[in-house]
Amino acid sequence: MSKYVGTSMKRREDPRFIQGRGSYVANLKLPNMAYLAIKRSPYAHAKIKSINTSKAKKLPGVVGVFTGEDTSDVGMLPSGWNVPGIKVPANRVLQTDKVRHVGDRVAMVVAENPYIAQDALDLIEVDYEPLPAVVDAKKTTESGAPQLHDDVPNNISYTWALGNKEECDKAFAEADKVVELDLVNQRLIATAIEPRAAVAQWDQFKEEMTLWTTSQNPNLTRVVLSAFMLGIPEHKLRLISPDVGGGFGSKIPTYPEEALVPWAARKVGRPVKWVSSRSEAAMSDTQGRDHVTQAKLALKNDGTITGLYVATWANNGAYISLVASLIPTAFYITLLSGLYKIPGIYGDVWGTLTNTVWVDAYRGAGRPEAAYVVERLVDAAARELNMDPVEIRRKNFIPAGEFPYQTPVALQYDSGNYAGVMDKALELSGYSALRAAQAEARKEGRLVGIGIGACIEASGPVPSKVAGALGGVTGFWESGGLRVHATGKVTALTGAHTHGQGHETTFAQIVADELGISMEDIDIVHGDTAVITNGMGTYGSRSTSVGGSALVRSAEKVRAKMMKIAAHQLEAPLEELVYDKEQGKVYVKGVPSKAKAFGELAFAAYTAHNLPEGLEPGLEEDTYYDPANFTYPNSVHIAQVEIDRDTGEVTIQKYVAVDDVGKVINPLIVEGQVTGGVAQGVGQALWEHGNYDESGQLISANLLEYAMPHAHHFPPLETGRTETPSPHNPLGVKGVGEMGTIASTPTIVNAVMDALAPLGIKHLDMPLTPEKIWRAMQSAK
Amino acid sequence: MTQVSITVNGTEYERDVEPRMLLAHFLREELGLTGTNIGCDTSQCGSCTVLLDDVAVKSCTVLAVQADGSSVTTIEGLASDGKLHPVQNAFWEKHGLQCGFCTPGMIITVVDLLKNNPHPTDEEIRRGLDGNICRCTGYENIVRAVKYAADAMPEEA
Repeated sequence: MSKYVGTSMKRREDPRFIQGRGSYVANLKLPNMAYLAIKRSPYAHAKIKSINTSKAKKLPGVVGVFTGEDTSDVGMLPSGWNVPGIKVPANRVLQTDKVRHVGDRVAMVVAENPYIAQDALDLIEVDYEPLPAVVDAKKTTESGAPQLHDDVPNNISYTWALGNKEECDKAFAEADKVVELDLVNQRLIATAIEPRAAVAQWDQFKEEMTLWTTSQNPNLTRVVLSAFMLGIPEHKLRLISPDVGGGFGSKIPTYPEEALVPWAARKVGRPVKWVSSRSEAAMSDTQGRDHVTQAKLALKNDGTITGLYVATWANNGAYISLVASLIPTAFYITLLSGLYKIPGIYGDVWGTLTNTVWVDAYRGAGRPEAAYVVERLVDAAARELNMDPVEIRRKNFIPAGEFPYQTPVALQYDSGNYAGVMDKALELSGYSALRAAQAEARKEGRLVGIGIGACIEASGPVPSKVAGALGGVTGFWESGGLRVHATGKVTALTGAHTHGQGHETTFAQIVADELGISMEDIDIVHGDTAVITNGMGTYGSRSTSVGGSALVRSAEKVRAKMMKIAAHQLEAPLEELVYDKEQGKVYVKGVPSKAKAFGELAFAAYTAHNLPEGLEPGLEEDTYYDPANFTYPNSVHIAQVEIDRDTGEVTIQKYVAVDDVGKVINPLIVEGQVTGGVAQGVGQALWEHGNYDESGQLISANLLEYAMPHAHHFPPLETGRTETPSPHNPLGVKGVGEMGTIASTPTIVNAVMDALAPLGIKHLDMPLTPEKIWRAMQSAK
Repeated sequence: MTQVSITVNGTEYERDVEPRMLLAHFLREELGLTGTNIGCDTSQCGSCTVLLDDVAVKSCTVLAVQADGSSVTTIEGLASDGKLHPVQNAFWEKHGLQCGFCTPGMIITVVDLLKNNPHPTDEEIRRGLDGNICRCTGYENIVRAVKYAADAMPEEA
């Protein structure tokens, strides 16, 4: 029995945050520091004819002004995931020939303070020749569309396809019913509340660079900067990502600023700091989603699903970001089986380029897009077949007895009891009563809708061999090290990174239980490449299943070494010893008094006065844990909404989320991850839109225009869990970071469409703003 | 440059500032009080909320010169004698924060909210938080924290 795992515990990281002592990058102030600002393009597409920096250079307080000619020694921003045949266009840290989106980089200023740096930006004269722009994922491939890069014909960077085509074609040929939907999964802006920031310091004597940066994966970013961009050897480049204020995927990629700031620090011989403004973030942080999709579902008259075909044009923006080509391919098409047994599935993807900000992972990353397609189609099918949306889902769920389950789109699901999750969601929401109340409301002419989203996620990426086969440039293991000190205290090192997830608490819970010691005796260290030699970072709901498992394996190694020392000192054969994980001691089977405590053994490992022959002193263990498979969290969410007939405004009246995320380490944190995820997914369904006009201007470039979810938008969010352990990792965990976001988007859209069904409205694209709904209601009259 | 005298967390500071300097920058850059975070540039997010003469304001929307002669309380000044303010404690108890970036502004806003309305309803809490954006929590645990704090705070005599 564990002491900590499975217990709700207050977070150990909170005291510093609630007292304003978080160590965010923007807080850093170094002696003699200068400030960097970036001149960005106001055009979506233009030739750069000339750049005149002379006025800016003369402004008092300006330390230096630099263009792409100055930074030509910095390597191109690389692609870290290359699907077969991908064309990766050149992307300089500062552009020299063309700009390809609003916010593209043309020059930078280093000045004595941020105000002067901003003033100097206004004095840089750039002569542009504006070019026609294209922003739509599909239209960009059509003939006559403006071409972004000479070496990417038709603006198609890559194509991808997966599935059992013959089986899929057969399903449609033999179908009783085919349901088709055209879907737009709109552009989103991640909007972590902390804008990105970077500070760099160059030590000219040691030739060492230190870069503080807001990264979800500092070790990975270090490899990219060292190997591809800065030419500073990895052992001379230290990255520190201290407290990071949210990421949601937007802090995974390596950014131009992460090369420009250290470049400038070396150039001017002073520490240099850059902090993004919110508007700058909107036009420079990687964005999310943006799919145009044509999808169809083949069914039998009894509701049995037999086939699914999907064609998707995925907008990658103007350049290929670090793992951009992974998101709409191996993280998207592979998830199209959802929770269902579907004999034939096939998907085609076109990865396209447009004059918009680049797109990369955003909470869920490909998997929400897949869940949205599947759950909208299943819902539409239920309506056409006059079935209850619960009934059609139940009919097609993969039965609990059929795991592991091989889908036609490459994945092998680990474990699950989808009907059980559905039962719990129905019970918690009082589904029958909701339907009865809806019938009454409809009689009164009220537009009340109930929506269901039943979704799956592939979490804990990625088995390294699989990543390599699919286009990954690197492996996707995680590191976890334990440094047991002579005094019995433990420093745990993880390559995962916490930017809100609470690893300092949950990872300590895990290690404490594995070693049988107090959490107080364990410190979790992350985010500094001087201490964490190698790591892959946090994304894809992987921290606990991959990073936590690495720590479990290291704890096993610590216990094994302690057993050897105990066997020697207790003069007992190894096989007669027991490691007591409750008490943190090793004792002789049947003779509990003959024991050595954790602290005694740790001390003995370092005094080395009495160790077994040949055993090295010290007690430090490391593990590189490579996941055996993805894990598969799953969920059923149910929402009730009402639409105001006069304004089109949607009110969420009830929201129930039931998630199976495998074994739970800290229920308090798991619930927080779910409710946070739900709000983010609801934001997509109802309000959020990274909106570009036809000329490529970003209309929603600040929080005045980009509609973020607020507290009053939500009723109390009710959560429930079922717990089906994953057999793929020693903790049995499946991952919880993204499930809420994945499920809530289709849940809310399905609820709104259910509310609008009496008016004959079948589908509206997100976001379902009052105006869009009001217009649809007017047309339906 | 203009001379200002601003009392922050009980200590009076005199500084020469540019007239365009924001109060948020004054707190962070001049005084090193970096608990007041800046999350946007249009006064939407509320991360930089502080108490200015006991009223919650977004310090990115106030110039330092406007605060001349005033008294400011930031997140760093909320705990007293090493004891957390009940609102700080409530956020910790109810897991009302994740990344922590919006948290200082959120806590200050709640202090102000509960001063004006010691026992708010759910609806009043949610409306009261409208000037503050949190991307992590979905607000659920923040609402719970506000209720917890309201129950824990001593009644004003």
